[in-house]
Amino acid sequence: MSRIELDRVVVRAATPGGPAPEVTVLQETTLDLAEQRIALIGPNGSGKSTLARLVNGLVEPTTGRVTVDGLDVARKGREVRRRVGFVFTDPSAQLVMPTVVEDVALSLRHQVRGREERAAAARSVLASYGLEELADRSVHTLSGGQRQLLALAGVLATDPAVLVADEPTTLLDLRNARMIGDLLLGLPQQLVLATHDLELALRCERALLIDDGAVVADGSPTEVVDHYRASAG
Amino acid sequence: MTASPLGDYQPGTSVFHRLPVGAKLLGLLVLSVVAVAFRGVATTGGLLVLAVACCMVAGVRLGRAARALRGVVVAMTLLAAYQTWQRGAEHAFVVVGALVALLLLATVFTTTTSVDRMVDAITRWLEPLRRFGVKPELVALAFSLMIRGIPLTLAIAGETRDAARARGLERNPRAYLTPLVIRVVAHARATGDALHARGLGDE
Amino acid sequence: MTRRTPTTDVALIAGFAALIAVCAILPDIKTGIGVPYSLQTFGVLLTGAVLGPVRGFLSVSLYLVAGLVLPIYSGGASGISHYSGVTAGYLVAFPIAAALCGFLVYRNRHNATQFAFVFTCGLLSSFLVVHTLGPLNLAWRADLSLKEAFSFDAAYFPGDIAKNVVMALVATAVHRAFPDLAARKRSAEVEATSAA
Repeated sequence: MSRIELDRVVVRAATPGGPAPEVTVLQETTLDLAEQRIALIGPNGSGKSTLARLVNGLVEPTTGRVTVDGLDVARKGREVRRRVGFVFTDPSAQLVMPTVVEDVALSLRHQVRGREERAAAARSVLASYGLEELADRSVHTLSGGQRQLLALAGVLATDPAVLVADEPTTLLDLRNARMIGDLLLGLPQQLVLATHDLELALRCERALLIDDGAVVADGSPTEVVDHYRASAG
Repeated sequence: MTASPLGDYQPGTSVFHRLPVGAKLLGLLVLSVVAVAFRGVATTGGLLVLAVACCMVAGVRLGRAARALRGVVVAMTLLAAYQTWQRGAEHAFVVVGALVALLLLATVFTTTTSVDRMVDAITRWLEPLRRFGVKPELVALAFSLMIRGIPLTLAIAGETRDAARARGLERNPRAYLTPLVIRVVAHARATGDALHARGLGDE
Repeated sequence: MTRRTPTTDVALIAGFAALIAVCAILPDIKTGIGVPYSLQTFGVLLTGAVLGPVRGFLSVSLYLVAGLVLPIYSGGASGISHYSGVTAGYLVAFPIAAALCGFLVYRNRHNATQFAFVFTCGLLSSFLVVHTLGPLNLAWRADLSLKEAFSFDAAYFPGDIAKNVVMALVATAVHRAFPDLAARKRSAEVEATSAA
């Protein structure tokens, strides 16, 4: 199991519109995350997405330090990103190549040399997710569920040790959300899951409630979810 | 890269399919200079014969050649009429005939060159510039992103136009262009983040 | 917090190249005076005004090179034929016009949200670059005198002014929505944090 540590991390951002005073997106936070599955819950704009993005350097701390297995995210970004996979809310932003097989091949560019070999490896990754029939389709013609599954396949193709998912089921219909949720929770990888789906959060080993840029509850998912439900009124 | 959803490429095995991309482009460039430098009935006639012969060798379908010409037929007719009126029919044939010949030769290029081979050629040409900080693989990536981006942007354009129409603003180009461009920027940033997360900025 | 990464720049360059392609493919705006206007030059100048000189130039160049093999030039015509034709001068002018427009806008980046300023930058770029290189090539290719070529070209003036108005309206809205687009590479603060 990997170990994700936040040491007195603060994130500030400029407000839209120019040199106005900065807003604090995340107040000073110190965390040690070593559980298999960790849920981040909280209202929209609370900072859970920022917390998720800190783990692979998409957001850099204004002050403080984030490390994954002792590797400083700000300095060793490259090594960290090879260890930490990231799944976004909107898969159409994540899928960057024109066809399905090319997108998975892009993920495999370090592992497999040679264009033909890479395409073959990409096809076998697709087959393991039951997506082999879509290999030559244009990414644009896929359904939302297929896209998210493909985005996930593209990330898992490189076999990362940690998977960070930022509201991966928010844009999906109920059936696809359940399918992606089950898949994520069944993975052997360590999972950091920012989500609005409290059922998914309850199936994790640990949950963090984030509100207004601060961690306000941390512990067993049952307690944290109860706390969230009570505070939402 | 495999076949793109767009494009006029027509798979085949003709000599033009096997010719390097650079040679084809160079040939086209040379012929287009010849057409102007040696302007005359013989040059234009020769170019037209050559163009038709190349189309046949490359196996350009008649429909495709017609489609290539359709877009310019009005402009060509106008130019022919104008040149006939100003300088006579022979001159009109020389000028317009050469343009049509070059258009057909260009069609040979697009029919026999896949996006893959084009991108491969460009990455190869850029390789010597690596020492000046050019990253050919980022250029290849930009190509793929752009091809992926066209159907996506068309879809967004359709949505924003419908939204403008629903609000009775269909005659106001700003009302649908502004949200379109804002969504293009927002999408590009999300894509940039995703590429970064996949380690593409680290190379 | 938002950082300017090379991958975001690549995505913006590609995204705007696709946007110009879409502008060129979309049906022409009908006008009363008979000349159809495509949104292609709108897309080109907008790209310069929004992305600045370097990214703008690269984006328009990417569009042009991709157009060699994809049917993404005005009217959906297939690419490279335009280079052998009468419109080549306009195409070659596009990346230069985008770079000039971007240079003018980014030189006074705090004015990037002012309509009149961006409009002037766009108009200057299109008249100094597009409406010189375009007719020069037209004269050469179609064997017309310079006077004839420039008077054909003048038919596009009213449309270009209108397109520049829309371009400036849209570009200023985008700069208001994304104030850090025109920011210099990585703020000093972020630089200091990552160095620390």
